[in-house]
Order: sequence, then C-alpha cells, then structure tokens
Amino acid sequence: MPSAMIDRPMPKFDLARLTPNRGALTNADLIGKVSLVNVFGSWCSSCVLEHPQLTAIGKSGAVALYGVDWRDPPSDGAAWLSRYGDPYHKVGVDSDSRLAINLGVTGAPETFVIDRGGRIRFKQVGPITPEVWSTTLLPLIRKLEAEPA
Amino acid sequence: MRRLLFTLALVFASPALAQSAPRTLDPQVEAVARDVGKSLRCVVCQNQSIEESNAPLAADMRALVRERIAAGQTRDQVLAYMTDRYGNFVLMQPPFQADTLLLWLAPLAMLIGGGWGWLAYLRPAGKRSLAPAPLTPDEDAALARLDSGRAA
Repeated sequence: MPSAMIDRPMPKFDLARLTPNRGALTNADLIGKVSLVNVFGSWCSSCVLEHPQLTAIGKSGAVALYGVDWRDPPSDGAAWLSRYGDPYHKVGVDSDSRLAINLGVTGAPETFVIDRGGRIRFKQVGPITPEVWSTTLLPLIRKLEAEPA
Repeated sequence: MRRLLFTLALVFASPALAQSAPRTLDPQVEAVARDVGKSLRCVVCQNQSIEESNAPLAADMRALVRERIAAGQTRDQVLAYMTDRYGNFVLMQPPFQADTLLLWLAPLAMLIGGGWGWLAYLRPAGKRSLAPAPLTPDEDAALARLDSGRAA
C-alpha cells in the first residue's frame, strides 16, 4: 500500500518524554539533519526482531534515530527498552495514537526517513532488516544528506 | 448508608467503564460521529469499520472522529482528514473517481457484455426459424429452365 505521506512535511507533534532524563520529542528535533523516526511498542513482536538492527544503527551513528513508543503505557515502554537496550537519541510517547494516525501508521514497526527540512521522504513498513538497511535506507540517507538543505 | 454509598459508587463507576469506547455527551455529535465511523475502515482489521472494531487503533480513531465533530467539523472534513493520511483505503466505500472508474463500472460492463452475449446466443436460433430468403433472379431463371425441361 503506497503511503499518502511521502514528500509531505512531518505533521506537527509534541510528545512527552519516555525517559525522564531526556527532553520531549518535537518537530524541532528533526530539523537540520536527516533522521529516522521509528514507531514501536512493547506489545509489538516484530519490534523485538528489528531491535538488533536498530541497536547497530544507533551505535554506528550513521543517522539520528528517534523512537515513538506507540500505544504503550510509558512504564511498559521504558521496561522494554531497559530489557532490550535503548538505541534511540530520544523517545516520545504516543499513547493515544495522535501522531500515529497523523502519520497514517497501520502497524508497528514502521520507520519514517525525514530529510533535513523535516519532510517525510520514505516509509519502511515492517522491521528494518540488515538488507533493508544496507540496500535501501543507508543509500537514501546518504543521498538526502547530499541534498542542499 | 452503606447501600447509598454502594449505589453512588456504581453511578460514578459506570462512566469510567464506558470510556473504553469513547462517547460524547451530545447525542447529535454522537450520531454524526457514528455515521462517519461507519464509513471509515479499521486499517488493522479485515473489512470492519472503526465503529465495529475492538482494535486499539480503531478506538483511538473513534475518539479522534468524536473530537473533530464536537469541534464543529463536518462529516466530509473528517473523512478528508483520514483519507489525507491513509489514502482511499481508509474509506469503507471507495469514491467514484478516475482510478476507481473500472471498479465501479465493471459490474455494469459485465451486465451489458453478458446480455449481449446472451442475445447473440439466442439470435441465430430465431433466424433459422424464419422463412428462407426469396430467390435471386438467377435462381428464378434456373428454376424456370428446370420447370420447362420437365414439361417437355
């Protein structure tokens, strides 16, 4: 299913922080650099499969990685991240699906590639596998980084 | 006294229970919201509207629909908000437009095509029962020759 959101600006959002020592997640976080916004939840089994790849991406520092903890009690999301590791730069909580619906999300995980101007350029539906990362996402991120801001 | 407290507790408890399916207090808003909800597909379900579905995302969508209707938006504005984000897929009934023309007209085309085929199948049988075509002048002449030969 093609996404209706490609090439459109990231919708306005202001998500509460998941972990108290890191600030809220807003549109301002995504401006000026290419970033990945990964929609996940502690209830999502495919997210567990995806997590090692996200951990690798987070460690590599190839791109700014943000998490949206979708439809999750914050304590569950935090517990899940402390169990599997937290690869994100920042995580926001979307407990009532406001951002998810605004993004046209139908399931988790879904990952949005956001350009330096805060525009959605690609949506990955389903887990980021090592293959998706090396053949699709990383080349796209490099291309977007080369674009004039 | 204890019974009164119990009754009061029940009275105040029921709205909390009802929150799993968000309801607005204004019946007019609720009626429009339900109508809108019935035309919106639950995107994580199999052919269910968000009004019929128990999925968490459908519940959040119902809440959003009610909030927008209560804020004064029309049915069309709310449907546009959803199709803007999810595409026409989110509508239970696809709209009549260029890329859905085939979808809508296919049944009619099949009816017309089938009807034509049926007529074409019936026609030759009907034609066979009709009187044969009149003889051509050449055939008349040939017949006359035969007749005169017999008389001789």
